[in-house]
Amino acid sequence: MDDILTQLQEAVIAGEPEQACDLTKQALEAGIAPLDAIDQALNPGMQIVGDRYECGDYFIPDLVMAAEAMKAAMEKLEPELLARQEQRQILGTVVIGTVEGDIHEIGKSLVATMLSAAGFRVHDLGVGVPADRFVEQVKEAGASGDSVPVVVGLSALLTTTMRNQEAVIKALQEAGLREEVKVIIGGAPANPEWAETIGADAYAENANEAVDVVKQLLEV
Amino acid sequence: MEDIISRLKSGRVIVADGATGTMLLAAGLPAGTPPERWVLENPNPIRDLQRAYVEAGSDLIIACTFGANRTRLEQTGLADQLAEVNQRAVQIAREAAGDRAYVAADIGPTGELLMAPIGKMTYEQALEIFAEQAAVLAQAGVDVLYIETMSDLDEMKAAVTGAQQAAPDIPIFATFSFDHHGRTNMGVKPEQAAETLQALGVAAFGANCGATLEMTEGAVTKMHEAAPQAALIAKPNAGKPHMVDRKTVYDATPEDMAEYAQKFVALGARVVGGCCGSTPEHIRAIAETVKS
Repeated sequence: MDDILTQLQEAVIAGEPEQACDLTKQALEAGIAPLDAIDQALNPGMQIVGDRYECGDYFIPDLVMAAEAMKAAMEKLEPELLARQEQRQILGTVVIGTVEGDIHEIGKSLVATMLSAAGFRVHDLGVGVPADRFVEQVKEAGASGDSVPVVVGLSALLTTTMRNQEAVIKALQEAGLREEVKVIIGGAPANPEWAETIGADAYAENANEAVDVVKQLLEV
Repeated sequence: MEDIISRLKSGRVIVADGATGTMLLAAGLPAGTPPERWVLENPNPIRDLQRAYVEAGSDLIIACTFGANRTRLEQTGLADQLAEVNQRAVQIAREAAGDRAYVAADIGPTGELLMAPIGKMTYEQALEIFAEQAAVLAQAGVDVLYIETMSDLDEMKAAVTGAQQAAPDIPIFATFSFDHHGRTNMGVKPEQAAETLQALGVAAFGANCGATLEMTEGAVTKMHEAAPQAALIAKPNAGKPHMVDRKTVYDATPEDMAEYAQKFVALGARVVGGCCGSTPEHIRAIAETVKS
């Protein structure tokens, strides 16, 4: 039984969606509880993937494929979770987008993918997102009765559009929502000093770090 | 002027230009406005900048066409003016270069990932996008097609192959951005880049943008080891950017970049210049050093 979970973890680390799907099926057939598969194989697998990225053994394609393997496994687990009336623990809700005037997508999508794989519910608003669209989505997340905390992720790849990260924070303040959410920023020209300057809660340098930073912010 | 291939073969170093984007921002390019819009609507700051590079010692001016492929122009609302943007940008560069510098067309990434599932573009689509831009640029009359800031090996192959198909007579320069632990963020190793680009038959290849000057040096070293005969290109940022008082600052001084340019030349670089954060002052220092 442990063998299957070890192999499942390996499939995530190797970024093999088909293997992950098969092994998840086998795990369920062997009577392994879906939450155990998540806690003992999928989550630690993604953790190792992240560590390898940090030290330069892994690169963007590795992150993408690992997240895909994780997703393939989750698709098999979800019906079983539903049948048992169990739920993967949702660590929080993330409202993410690339700010207005900026159309860079890859980095933002990668952060969304990694957060989703890590157990966050992610609302990806896309690129060129106006400030009030972020505010609207934060309101919606609150109104849906979610008790989970909300994180706003703001991406900007241009020195010019990073000002719009600040504009979103101001819009959240004006809507009286700033205290309700944590704000994390990223993108090539951003850095911790910029986060502090515009009153964001944190900066993350890459998709992997974003997961760690958001977990730290929410203390999960 | 002798043609650029003879110049490369002569072994005399070609000094390229420095940053375009960060310099246009400093000249007042507004938030979110693509430089290609200024090509059409406000060309003077572009021409002035390029003239300043020529005055500083650039032998190669790179036209403001980095984002002028169909995919990027669609996102900025200029797609129906693709031909005009590319033609005008080359014309501006030619006016600045006169008979003192070569003119390169700039071909940048599509901004899409050629990787399912999160990427939405196929190799064939990318090849078509690059071929379309290269055909217009060839028509506009450039000395070289300069493909730069690539991260993905497949996208680079699509760009080089598309350019070769659309403009078989124009030499190609090609550089990757090595910015994650000495490799590109997609994991391409410098030696792998060298082997691929050599096999594709480009005139010169190397590294641009990147993270730190040291990382570019590491990449150029590995490319030189993998392809000792190749004419390499080194066009790094002026260091890694950071913020001071709400302004983006690049720390490398003109002297720092000149010192590295000399190292790059010793490592086989025949084209040296600067990327983000570099200014005509950086280029002047580089030119004085490598030409002395």
